[in-house]
Amino acid sequence: MNPPAADPLSAGLLERLPLLARDALTSGLPEPWRWVSNSLLAILAIIVVFSSLFALLTLAERKVLARVQNRPGPNRAGLPLTRFRLGGLGQPLADGIKMLTKEDIVPRGADPVLHFLAPVVLLALSLLTFAVLPYGRLLVPVELEAGVLYFFAAGAATELALFMAGWASRNKYSLLAAMRALAQLISYELPLLLAVVPVVLLAGSLSTSGIVAAQAGWDLGFLPRWFVLTPWGFASFLIFLTAALAESNRSPFDLPEAESELIAGHLTEYSGFKYALFFMAEYLGMTALAGLGVTLFLGGWREPLPFLEFVPSYAWFGLKLLALLFVFIWIRATFPRLRIDQLTRLAWKFLVPLALLNLGTAALWALTAGWGPALQPLRWLGATALVAGPFVLLGRGLTAGLRPRTYRFA
Amino acid sequence: MNPAAPPSRAGASVRAVQDPFHGDLLEVSMGPHHPSTHGVFRMIATLDGERIVRLKPVFGYLHRNHEKLGESTSYLASMPYTDRLDYLNSMTNNWAYALAVEKLAGQAVPERAEHVRILLAELTRLLNHTCLAGFLLQDTGCSGTPLMYAFREREAILDLFEALSGSRMMCNFQRFGGCRVDPSPAWMEAVSALVGRYDRFLDEYEELITGNEILLARTQGVGVLPAALAINAGITGPMLRASGVNHDLRRVDGYGLYPRFPFRIPLGDHGDTYDRYMVRMLEMRESLGILRAVLRDLPGGPIIDPKAKLRGFRPKPGEAYGRIEGPKGEIGFYLVSDGGPNPYRYRVRPPSLINLTVLEDLCLGHTVADAVIILGSIDIVLGEVDR
Repeated sequence: MNPPAADPLSAGLLERLPLLARDALTSGLPEPWRWVSNSLLAILAIIVVFSSLFALLTLAERKVLARVQNRPGPNRAGLPLTRFRLGGLGQPLADGIKMLTKEDIVPRGADPVLHFLAPVVLLALSLLTFAVLPYGRLLVPVELEAGVLYFFAAGAATELALFMAGWASRNKYSLLAAMRALAQLISYELPLLLAVVPVVLLAGSLSTSGIVAAQAGWDLGFLPRWFVLTPWGFASFLIFLTAALAESNRSPFDLPEAESELIAGHLTEYSGFKYALFFMAEYLGMTALAGLGVTLFLGGWREPLPFLEFVPSYAWFGLKLLALLFVFIWIRATFPRLRIDQLTRLAWKFLVPLALLNLGTAALWALTAGWGPALQPLRWLGATALVAGPFVLLGRGLTAGLRPRTYRFA
Repeated sequence: MNPAAPPSRAGASVRAVQDPFHGDLLEVSMGPHHPSTHGVFRMIATLDGERIVRLKPVFGYLHRNHEKLGESTSYLASMPYTDRLDYLNSMTNNWAYALAVEKLAGQAVPERAEHVRILLAELTRLLNHTCLAGFLLQDTGCSGTPLMYAFREREAILDLFEALSGSRMMCNFQRFGGCRVDPSPAWMEAVSALVGRYDRFLDEYEELITGNEILLARTQGVGVLPAALAINAGITGPMLRASGVNHDLRRVDGYGLYPRFPFRIPLGDHGDTYDRYMVRMLEMRESLGILRAVLRDLPGGPIIDPKAKLRGFRPKPGEAYGRIEGPKGEIGFYLVSDGGPNPYRYRVRPPSLINLTVLEDLCLGHTVADAVIILGSIDIVLGEVDR
């Protein structure tokens, strides 16, 4: 890890704990090797932490869905070889063993190389995005000047892997899913980026830690200056969230793997460990996007109230990440799925114009930053109107002709 | 495994159907095992992109020779077989069959049994429409939440059926001239309790999803069935009424004691998937009204006509067609007797099958995703389609 901007020694012990642990491990090595070993340790930490988060997330998703749906969810598998069930905590392990021991089937007529490469590429690309997220005050694996750009470059390539999977499977459902994945990528990459541009504009930086630094400070002594708490930031956050759901193929935008239509979409012909890799990559992609959302809009690793500063910053990042992931799961439990034409219409006729207008609002916000306290209410009112007005108008156009009906009785 | 090898039969899954005008069309075989075909049903869909240009339903995978079996067993022995037609709605199947036989034999039914029959038929309607709402929303991709809500209530009704008849779904409850068991007061209490809280479930369910914009976008204007086509194709049940045709056998025939119990018939104006969904939701509310009235008016007396002959039942030669308004439409049985212990001819009019005939008309021009929910809104049970 490169030395972050903040002075490590001014931070508390808990805050420095990961770095101390790392230094304790590598202190025996000669100085020239330190850099390599530190980087390797960071990679290892990311893989270990987020792989276990993935395992818990699969369980959490099933548990939360189950609770929403009036059922207990998985609660049988616990500590292996004992009678402790721990409320189903052993389920990820059981799932993993099942996946590993299942037969890996490659359909006759499939392209074996692409069929094998697709999950690997997908997982690799999903993991790449984790490199630039600031997990804590002192925990930035790679300090990149253009971190946000890098994130999207790596993230957008994942859809290519989905297309590979759909194409290589030589299955009609997979092919349809691949087409859908591409349509979705082209439609939603744009609003996703446009939702981020205002943040970059206001923060004046493409680096993720720079964006977190721009959200420092308190309004009125207790309101954090997170971007989500401004009118344009709130709109951007919602656009980002919507587009992120589509990018990570989550309900209600889970068209490539629409179970009720395309069996399992691009995953139809995958089994065993390859399927598990896909599963893992999709959850990691979702986690990474949630992490970016936290960084860009929710103040990153910053504490929500001034007196909570004693809690280490990575804990705040983790909590916010989990909260956002919970929202993703919650949405999945609630909404029906869109159709592909409605999906693209939502992107092009609603999200993209809204994001563009929002960019203007953000620019105005930046211009009026010097206004005195007397003019602040005007600034807020104006920005809110500029965000809410287009939202209502564009939304009306989107749902034109759609309304609950009244029925006649005979 | 060799990509250079010419595509074998199995490898030809991406076989394109040549069309000189529109480039390549893709033929997708959805089913017989597909998550959304509601059983072993197959749709051979020819796609232009995602749009359906041809759709051929294929069924018969669940054919069990039902009608021939009916001709080679005694009248009473066919009763359990009718459970297996539309296995969600065995109570109404039983009633339709019993009605046909009663017509054939001129058998009277005591008042109490008529009341209990209406009670069970309306409970069955609740059961069927609740399931349909769950399945249909599952097909739109709701990740199971509406389905689980619906199934919670469905299980409550099935518990009642089990308490009464001994079986959750294969009830085998009606007899010629009445019902098999007299429901106990405790059972009636349980029905009252269920009817009392069902409105709340419907409110909750509609609040959860009915006004949702995504649902509206997915269902409104999708799979429009014009009234003329519906009548010509012989469509019956909620599907016909969603197209705006006022035809409900409970009112047209007035069989049983239905004329005594006032109810309204909801009619749709568009005939699309949303209307088909909403008409069923509204029908459930009307059913609850009927149920309350029946529970209030339930008379005492025998549950089965004491003169009814169960063993050695041989109706005089003749023919009869008995039909009732089942939850899915007109379920009817046509019977011809030659005076023997078995029917000479036994024929079922299955609403699921006849409603299914317009599937291609509804799906043309829509996408694969729509075809799935259109099929869901038709409400088929393969046990009845294939017989």
